[in-house]
Amino acid sequence: MTDLSPAPRRAYIEVEDLSVQFPTEDGLVRAVDGVTFSIDKGQTIAIVGESGSGKSVTAQAIMGLVNARTADVTGHVWVDGQDIVGMTDDELRKMRGSTMAMIFQDPMSSLHPFYRIGAQLTEAVNVHNKVSKKEARDRAIEMLQKVGIPSPEKRIEDYPHQFSGGMRQRVMIAMALINSPSLLIADEPTTALDVTVQAQIMELILELQQEYNTAVVLITHDLGIVADAADQVAVMYGARVVESGVIDDIFYKPEMPYTLGLLASVPRLNQVRADRLDPIPGNPPSPIRLPSGCVFNPRCVYKDRVEGDLCATERPALLPTDLGHMVRCHMSKEDREAVATIALGTLGRETA
Amino acid sequence: MSAYVVRRVISMILLLLLLTFVVFILFSLLPTDPARLTCGKSCTPEIIEANRHRLGLDLPVLQQYWEYLKGIFVGRVYAQDSPDPVVCSAPCLGYSFKRGEEVFILIKEGFPATFWLALGAFVMWLAAGISVGVYAALHRGKWQDKTVMGISLAGYSLPSFFLGLMAIFFIVIRLQLLPYPSYISPFENPTQFLQTMILPWIVLAILYAAFYMRLTRNQMLEVLGEDYIRTARAKGLPERIVIRKHALRAGLTPIVTAAGLDLAGLLGGAIITESIFSLPGIGSLAVNSVNDADLPLIVGITLVTATFIIVANLIVDLLYAVIDPRVRLA
Ligand SMILES: Nc1ncnc2c1ncn2[C@@H]1O[C@H](COP(=O)(O)OP(=O)(O)O)[C@@H](O)[C@H]1O
Ligand code: SF4
Ligand SMILES: [Mg+2]
Repeated sequence: MTDLSPAPRRAYIEVEDLSVQFPTEDGLVRAVDGVTFSIDKGQTIAIVGESGSGKSVTAQAIMGLVNARTADVTGHVWVDGQDIVGMTDDELRKMRGSTMAMIFQDPMSSLHPFYRIGAQLTEAVNVHNKVSKKEARDRAIEMLQKVGIPSPEKRIEDYPHQFSGGMRQRVMIAMALINSPSLLIADEPTTALDVTVQAQIMELILELQQEYNTAVVLITHDLGIVADAADQVAVMYGARVVESGVIDDIFYKPEMPYTLGLLASVPRLNQVRADRLDPIPGNPPSPIRLPSGCVFNPRCVYKDRVEGDLCATERPALLPTDLGHMVRCHMSKEDREAVATIALGTLGRETA
Repeated sequence: MSAYVVRRVISMILLLLLLTFVVFILFSLLPTDPARLTCGKSCTPEIIEANRHRLGLDLPVLQQYWEYLKGIFVGRVYAQDSPDPVVCSAPCLGYSFKRGEEVFILIKEGFPATFWLALGAFVMWLAAGISVGVYAALHRGKWQDKTVMGISLAGYSLPSFFLGLMAIFFIVIRLQLLPYPSYISPFENPTQFLQTMILPWIVLAILYAAFYMRLTRNQMLEVLGEDYIRTARAKGLPERIVIRKHALRAGLTPIVTAAGLDLAGLLGGAIITESIFSLPGIGSLAVNSVNDADLPLIVGITLVTATFIIVANLIVDLLYAVIDPRVRLA
């Protein structure tokens, strides 16, 4: 290592002020606008937020799947000390599927309908490894076994349509983990599945995460899953991370008004699965016309606690309020805590 | 699968039978009297009546049809009771008294030119149409895409006789880059064959490629938005493999359908192109048969052409199952 090497990073994955903009005919779509979070190997961060808040685009930017020809990506995504923003297509391609892997929301449409499961799995092995046909096949069978597909040496010959939704998501998980990536991004991996299957799939992901010591970015609508699975949470609203921290900070000491609204919609944590995270009056902002100042200000009922019209004019920074707990809000810490108690009552800091 | 194929083949045969019936009845309903067409102005009513009898046209229509059908399988003899009977061996699609030849043999003689024309053009337009279509899709909305689509629209709306005549006029007559087309079998004289075929191939290929560019481009644009393409990229596959192995494969079905039916249609004769380039194919034969009002030949060509289409339909349907494992042949 020479002096020119980048400063050592604290965490395995560090996303730093990541922004993704799509120039379109209707105007500039600011899909992601200043996203910051970090996680270590073996840890899980949950990204929560309304649909359209930029979660999937964030995930795709981390995977280098946002096409540089159609989008502007700025900021940094450090993966094990290497910044993938600004990497060449080929460098990125080599990391995809080996260092970092992704599973998607809809297992019904995420596998190629015309190729056998076995071919799709061995293809994933062969892109990144020089191995014999037999070795690749053995790896595929072993992986299918691991994700709980019965008689994998037979099922490997089947096509995706011969599997149920849950089984297909298992295949997707097998495919994602077949090269033992150190980062797994799961974009709403259970949303499209039967309720009965959802828990099994989450369990499987967590089990394999332990085995491989993978860092997991889990995008979900489901606060129950967050409570069960995540170590940390990043709350996104209007393309920005508005609050982040360890799970207890977010669930028991939240400070950002949007997070408060989100939690208020869940009467009892760990039990009720919120299908929609939209208990707050008003509409989420359009990514083409993000509000100036605080993106949440048109819907915020506490903005009069902030002097002047700072909320409408000045963009609040994502600042630490506690160790590892970041909040993006102009209110003073006292006001934020007071407001949280009002909004969440006993669920708020008193029980924490 | 095999039960399905058997069922499809049987229903295809029934359809072909129905087709022969409809074609036969249609032509027998024409106001033209086929017996009158058998000889020129010097005809006397006696000769016409004699010919009517020789051709079996004095029989009831249904019986005529039966004779015709039987002829396809076992052959038939015209004017059996006269001193000079005419033998038409199976498969007998009728006998052209105008040309003094069995219809089947006339069609068989025209088939090679038509076949080579269709095959060469087919290969060219598929190669050009698909690769240019993919190229346009990968540059969607950019100037490359717009240029390709513009050219395709132009190619689409160009009449083939215009394109063909321009080719002959400039390349053969003005620039004298190629000799005047004169068809010969590729096995006899490959050079002359290629010199003759290259222009008609290109002319036909341009007309068809225009459509296939559009089709391929639109298919690719649709498929490239699919989730499994994102999965393929997330695996770290090189983009060219994502395009060729994943996207193109998924978008192939409508292209195969169109290609199969277009090829079959062309095997029934490319009337305009064959005429312009004086290719002695089924298309030219069809034009001549109409000009001469050679009814048996017209009926025969109609049947053969329709048969190509019906068979192509079956093949395309079976190909679906090969391309798309979700298609259950049941
Ligand atoms: N390729 C694209 N071009 C233009 N806008 C896009 C593109 N991809 C996503 N967006 C927009 O970015 C915003 C964030 O999308 P997304 O990250 O998918 O939200 P979610 O949080 O629901 O996953 C949405 O408004 C979406 O319409
Ligand atoms: S910055 Fe202002 S508008 Fe935004 S959440 Fe805080 S108080 Fe509400
Ligand atoms: Mg999403």
